[in-house]
Amino acid sequence: MTLPLIVAKSLRQHALSTAVTALSIALAVGLWLTVWQVKEQAQTTFANASLGFDAVLGARGSKLQLVLNAVFHLESSPGNLRGEDVEAVQRAAGVEAAVPLAVGDSYGGWRLVGTTLDFFRQAEPAPGRRLAVRTGGRLFEPGFQEAVAGSLAAANLGMQPGDEFHPAHGFAGAEGHDHEETYLVVGVLEPSNTPADRVIWIPLEGIQHMSGHDPATASDVSAVLVKLLTPVAGFRLDTHYNQQGHRLTWAWPIGRIVAELFAKLAWLERVLELVAYLVAVVALGSVLASLYSSMNERRHEIAILRALGARRLTLFGAIVLESGAIAALGVLAGGLVYAALMTVASGFIRAETGVLLDPWTGSGTLFLAPLLMILLGAAAGLVPALKAYRNPVAENLGPHQ
Amino acid sequence: MPLLEVQSLKKSFLGPDGSRHTVVDVPEFTLDDRAQVALRGESGCGKTTFLHLVAGILKPDSGSLRVAGHELTALSESQRDRLRATTLGYVFQTFNLLPGYTCLENVLLGMAFGPGADRAQARALLERMGLADRLHHYPRQLSSGQQQRVAVARALANRPRLVLADEPTGNLDHRNVGAALALIREVCREHGAALLLVSHDSDVLALFETVRDFHTMNRGPMPAQEPA
Repeated sequence: MTLPLIVAKSLRQHALSTAVTALSIALAVGLWLTVWQVKEQAQTTFANASLGFDAVLGARGSKLQLVLNAVFHLESSPGNLRGEDVEAVQRAAGVEAAVPLAVGDSYGGWRLVGTTLDFFRQAEPAPGRRLAVRTGGRLFEPGFQEAVAGSLAAANLGMQPGDEFHPAHGFAGAEGHDHEETYLVVGVLEPSNTPADRVIWIPLEGIQHMSGHDPATASDVSAVLVKLLTPVAGFRLDTHYNQQGHRLTWAWPIGRIVAELFAKLAWLERVLELVAYLVAVVALGSVLASLYSSMNERRHEIAILRALGARRLTLFGAIVLESGAIAALGVLAGGLVYAALMTVASGFIRAETGVLLDPWTGSGTLFLAPLLMILLGAAAGLVPALKAYRNPVAENLGPHQ
Repeated sequence: MPLLEVQSLKKSFLGPDGSRHTVVDVPEFTLDDRAQVALRGESGCGKTTFLHLVAGILKPDSGSLRVAGHELTALSESQRDRLRATTLGYVFQTFNLLPGYTCLENVLLGMAFGPGADRAQARALLERMGLADRLHHYPRQLSSGQQQRVAVARALANRPRLVLADEPTGNLDHRNVGAALALIREVCREHGAALLLVSHDSDVLALFETVRDFHTMNRGPMPAQEPA
């Protein structure tokens, strides 16, 4: 009972400095966990955002641009493939499925992607799970001017089955004139937490034959999403398209290309990590400084406790425990800071990419980091504790100490 | 066997000029179990240092100091802490109550490092001191007299065999001194504890049957000839 009482009393007596130092720990923990979790979750989630497709076949260009365009619907298309290229890859050995995509138009800032019903049959937001249309809606009919809206696009545009719209030429932010065609929204997808949520899906022919598009390229597509039966097929097609050919690009495996993107952004992660570590060091330093400076005013109190029979080690332990308790309070508050930061960060990432990060699942770091912070917090109390340990009793028992 | 037995006890301190000053040099002193003795001495004569030595807060340079059968000079610091927590009670001139703790918590702390906190006993002690309605008050909310009674309750909380009191009435109004002292002596008697009190107040000393002159029994303080 004694140590907890001494610690609780001390925390209460120094409530302001306790609150300030705990707050600095909270910011450090929140920032540290957010940086870590965004990095970890983003790498995993983005690598899995390919809806179960293994590769992208597209026009000659950057593999990353191809993946960003066809999977994340972010970049512009590097160019088109001819219809026979699509048929060729569909017939290639080791290919389970090849789904063509056509891009080039948008509505209200949200991208229109033309595809076939095969896309909905093959796309897997999670292993074994398919894209589903909300109750009251349905998938589009090929050859009809119908659209199925991703959940984010629909929510932002206020789209519901029965709504109509005119697609605009060009992508978000660079829309050109409106096309004459009127599209009918026939369904809205359930949230899949993938980039598919940010797209308005229409039949492939819709994009290909949209008024204003060159009729000579009506059979062209922007990219083909490919599912492979075996990795061997991936190697073979890599050789075929990337090394022997010179017209098309085979971006495979998608996960590795996404990982390469993150590797390119590693410097940013390191900067953020460094900032988080610095904040943690400053926070721990503030615990040390706050406790250390309070030791002067506590010399008298420590001497009284010693006169009552408290051992040096008991008081040493009390200070370390107090330091750890401040860190623990900070960690608790850090959970709130983390939740707030992650809500903002994941909301931003979701809006920009369609990918949803889950703040509460992931690596053990999420649980180990707070524990480590408490231990480091306790360790920060070692120096003040040593001062308490060395406090001379007789000198500090007088009335004016 | 006496409860407290002192022989050739010496304690000196290093002065600012580097010379060593002997503050306590007591050839012999004894105190029997349950006895109540007052030591007369003016400020600066070394009586507080003597009490600190008896309490094991300070370690003597030489000599022998036996408390309740334990030779203090042979004990380690933590053993002296333990002896203080279990055998001794200390009433300070300024009471030295912990300001962030209530009366009850202050008394509980007096037990915590020794026999262990006993809430019922702490409560009973404070009630005995007439503070039943002040259990959860903080020291700043009490008068000097009430603070002194809490300090006495805390000194007795670990059921000590010896209570050391250093000018315990020094901070009280003159008219309250007699009653306060009578209460200290009475509760020490009730708890079977010996009392060794130091004071320079002749009114306080007049209330004791046995008064020793600390000037006479202490050959210090005197500056040493040899610098340390």
